[in-house]
Amino acid sequence: MSEFEVIVIGGGHAGCEAASAAARVGAKTLLLTHKVETIGEMSCNPAIGGLAKGHMVREIDALDGVMGRVIDRSGIQFRVLNASKGAAVRGPRAQADRKLYREVMQEILLRQDNLEIRKAEVADLLVESNRVNGVITETGEEVTARAVILTTGTFLRGLIHIGKEKRPAGRYGEAPTSRLSQTLSSFGFSLGRLKTGTPPRLDGRTINWAILAEQKGDDPPRPFSFLNKEILVPQISCFITGTTPESHELIRRNLDRAPIYSGQIGSTGPRYCPSIEDKIVRFSDKTRHQIFLEPEGLEDHTVYPNGISTSLPKDVQIELLKTIPGLEQATMLRPGYAIEYDYVDPRELSETLETKKLSRLFLAGQINGTTGYEEAAGQGVVAGINAALRCVGGDRFILDRAGSYIGVMIDDLVSKGVSEPYRMFTSRAEYRLLLRADNADQRLTPLGRRVGCVSGERSAAFEAKLKDIEKARSLLGVFAMSPSALKKNGISVAQDGITRSAKRLLSYPEVTFERLEKLWPELSDFSLEVREQMEIEGRYDAYLNRQAADIEAFRKDEELKIPADTDFSQIGGLSNEVKEKLSKRRPPTLGAASRMSGVTPAALTALLRHVRRPAGFSG
Amino acid sequence: MALDTIFALSSGAGVSGVAIIRVSGELAVEAVADLTRSSLPAPRQATVRKLFEKSGEILDEGLVISFPSPASFTGEDVVELHVHGGIATVDAILKSLAAFDGLRLAEPGEFTRRAFENGKLDLTSVEALSDLIAAETEAQRLQALRQLGGTFGKQCDFWRDELIDVLAHLEAWIDFPEEDLPEQLINETKHKILYFQNVISQYIENNKVGERIRSGFSLAIIGPPNAGKSSLLNFFAGRDAAIVSKEAGTTRDVIEVRCAIGGLPVTFSDTAGLRQSTDQIEEEGVKRALAVSAEADLQILVRAPDCSELDGPSFIAVAGDQRPPCIELWNKSDLGACPVSGMLSISLKTGKNCDQLVKKIETQLQEMLPREGSAPLTRRRHREALESCLMHLDRAAKGSEIELIAEDIRLSTRAMGKITGHVDVEDILDRLFNEFCIGK
Repeated sequence: MSEFEVIVIGGGHAGCEAASAAARVGAKTLLLTHKVETIGEMSCNPAIGGLAKGHMVREIDALDGVMGRVIDRSGIQFRVLNASKGAAVRGPRAQADRKLYREVMQEILLRQDNLEIRKAEVADLLVESNRVNGVITETGEEVTARAVILTTGTFLRGLIHIGKEKRPAGRYGEAPTSRLSQTLSSFGFSLGRLKTGTPPRLDGRTINWAILAEQKGDDPPRPFSFLNKEILVPQISCFITGTTPESHELIRRNLDRAPIYSGQIGSTGPRYCPSIEDKIVRFSDKTRHQIFLEPEGLEDHTVYPNGISTSLPKDVQIELLKTIPGLEQATMLRPGYAIEYDYVDPRELSETLETKKLSRLFLAGQINGTTGYEEAAGQGVVAGINAALRCVGGDRFILDRAGSYIGVMIDDLVSKGVSEPYRMFTSRAEYRLLLRADNADQRLTPLGRRVGCVSGERSAAFEAKLKDIEKARSLLGVFAMSPSALKKNGISVAQDGITRSAKRLLSYPEVTFERLEKLWPELSDFSLEVREQMEIEGRYDAYLNRQAADIEAFRKDEELKIPADTDFSQIGGLSNEVKEKLSKRRPPTLGAASRMSGVTPAALTALLRHVRRPAGFSG
Repeated sequence: MALDTIFALSSGAGVSGVAIIRVSGELAVEAVADLTRSSLPAPRQATVRKLFEKSGEILDEGLVISFPSPASFTGEDVVELHVHGGIATVDAILKSLAAFDGLRLAEPGEFTRRAFENGKLDLTSVEALSDLIAAETEAQRLQALRQLGGTFGKQCDFWRDELIDVLAHLEAWIDFPEEDLPEQLINETKHKILYFQNVISQYIENNKVGERIRSGFSLAIIGPPNAGKSSLLNFFAGRDAAIVSKEAGTTRDVIEVRCAIGGLPVTFSDTAGLRQSTDQIEEEGVKRALAVSAEADLQILVRAPDCSELDGPSFIAVAGDQRPPCIELWNKSDLGACPVSGMLSISLKTGKNCDQLVKKIETQLQEMLPREGSAPLTRRRHREALESCLMHLDRAAKGSEIELIAEDIRLSTRAMGKITGHVDVEDILDRLFNEFCIGK
């Protein structure tokens, strides 16, 4: 009999969500971390959300995850990005007070039923005939469990670079893990190496704020969590500065001392988060690169200069600051650095994030080659739920591309693998107009309730909202007016005598819900969220109908399961290359096969013929 | 397990001077070595070899050429046998090959499919190749060859590339609002959308003729009763396809004949004489004649000295604004001279000037052909994909919200992808990160 049902290793963003989710589903869960005080630490920039990432926070919240609730209680500047663009591409983002974020996270986890938190360094996994049974700590203690989730972030053989200086570390000032890497290798996992970086940190008291452009947050701030109506944390501003030609000259002069150009770092970093030296080399005609100065807390003087991630030597970093307006006198609290770490090829995983090689071992977060707190947290929820379901019984919990950004991410990871740290963008989602921040609850909360990871409080709130939405939809379908009556009310449409429903009217860009309220006062009873959603649905109507048809076709392909024991080498009409690829990756469905690189339409046809073949036939 | 080794007669069936038998697959070399009782000649060198039956009897003597993988048509080991084309010889060789363990006769199109699957041909090339095999005439053959070279594929690749650019710009604008992207980006992108909307719609318009080369031009022979329309049809057919009599109104339905003029496939339609009739069947014939002539690529209007001029409604039908180009013809010049100067005057009876008529038709058809170098749209599938692409470009051009414009451009790339292979989000991201300095 195991001591625990689920053990989560790591207290970062993936680990916190995984532990909370497993416990919410009802599994007896243990969170092991080498340092309890750093649970919920933001190792890089002090912000949550943004485009696509903000969408994922809403999805995590819809499954009753913790990230949204934590940032709502620790955010010090809330801003919806793309506020002037359409609803599908608006991204909620918030600056966090780093200390507050950690504290709120720890408080919420400590209060979670079924969850125990212990300080321990995990040295190795307990494995018996390709099945994980628990962990062994550095002190030699064995803790047994029926499932284990690894969320080790950048700690697997982490190596920090600052100029020529190299030191093994998981993050600044913390020791890395190397034995787990070896264990994974020894079981035949394919490991790769990635790189990421972070900028120097500054003392805000030494920055000349007066000369810098201010960027205020939204007023009023809008919460992330569907459960929260308002933000109570005091709000602050961020400031904007930028590099100068002198900065660029300085960096060019010192390129030979930058590890990414001296050959010291060979691994791949993210294209969308290049270091400042990389930006200057690749975009040499740009004379200025923007820098956002983000305070790390209300009572913390640390400032995060977003935009100058670097691994140049310390002395160059100090010189660099002197060339930047407002930072001429700034004190550097700690240098920026690049970090290389091991990751596991995510094609080793199934869509539940369980590894194919070791049963009951789950991986989530940066260990799977992703970057970003939100990406990590999204995987944490899915791994946590599935690990718990493995123990308490239940179907596998799989999110698909048509239903969530988390589903898009996991499908991308397990079917395509990564070549650089994977970050979410809205452009990755085929059904972007449908996967919006406003309807994340309607997309995911019902799925969460089915597996039991959603609290009673959220369920009740969700049901009430759903009722309102249905009522609003039905009223909008019923209320209608003729063109002449509309004209009298100041809405001009073609005078064709055709009566238009309120819903139809919302598809006109100039017609807002507010205007409809004046025509039909019954509409004024609805909450802001419901009104906004009605406007969006009206506006996107034609496109959403089309996407619904596409999704149906997509799901049909997903339903065409390729049997797990399929011998791809026996399927006629496939090239050897394709056969090899399919045998290696074993796509679970025809849809997954179609998204593999190199799988041609002709190969899919051959595969389809095979999948559709009635049982009992071979060849 | 490897695919079977396949073989087939690759030149046309029936009697011919030389027949080519192609063998493709892992066992190709072994099988032909066995058949010739000697080792294979050096790659890509035609060498004379004797072919033997199992019993030791000589089957034939011919050329053997080997194309080792991957530099072969299918990408597999290929051996070609160029043998004497008699039906019996070819049959005997095919039988000997079939007797070899692991070899089987190829399914129709199987060589091409293997070539496609091994990355030797793209989808447009495969289609072009099947057209080439089925080419009836010289022009069809040339068009198929041009497409195989990839003119059309290259054109589509170019558009696909440009559309990815447009989409990358839109996506940058959507996904990276905090980056200082160039201000003029969105305006430039909108202009680009308008530009491609224009270019692609022009292309579709200009290349309608491409489908015609595959399916043949349609020529409608029209005119008053008894002008000699059916005689003209029979002249082109080289046989009596239509009943000819002196009695006006003999042809009551549309009769079609396929033939080639100047290497172009042509379908002639002989129609009922245009006149007002009280006969119900003849009236229906006139109706059909008018419909056929309106849709034809070229009309040939035949008149003659001994028949009436066209009357009101029929005349308008063949002289309206929208009608196809028309060659006017004066037949039976042996009976009476043409009253209008400049009109081609012939006599089908004496054969006078008939060669000039053929020339004139050929010139007209040549003018309808796409200019050298431009790639005609030959496949209905291509046309449909391009039209769908254009439909989304139209909507994007009218759009105001960026996420909806992006949605339509995405759908247009998807339509284009049906010709060129699909556009992956990574293609777009690659473009985006190469062009813009993204990253706070």
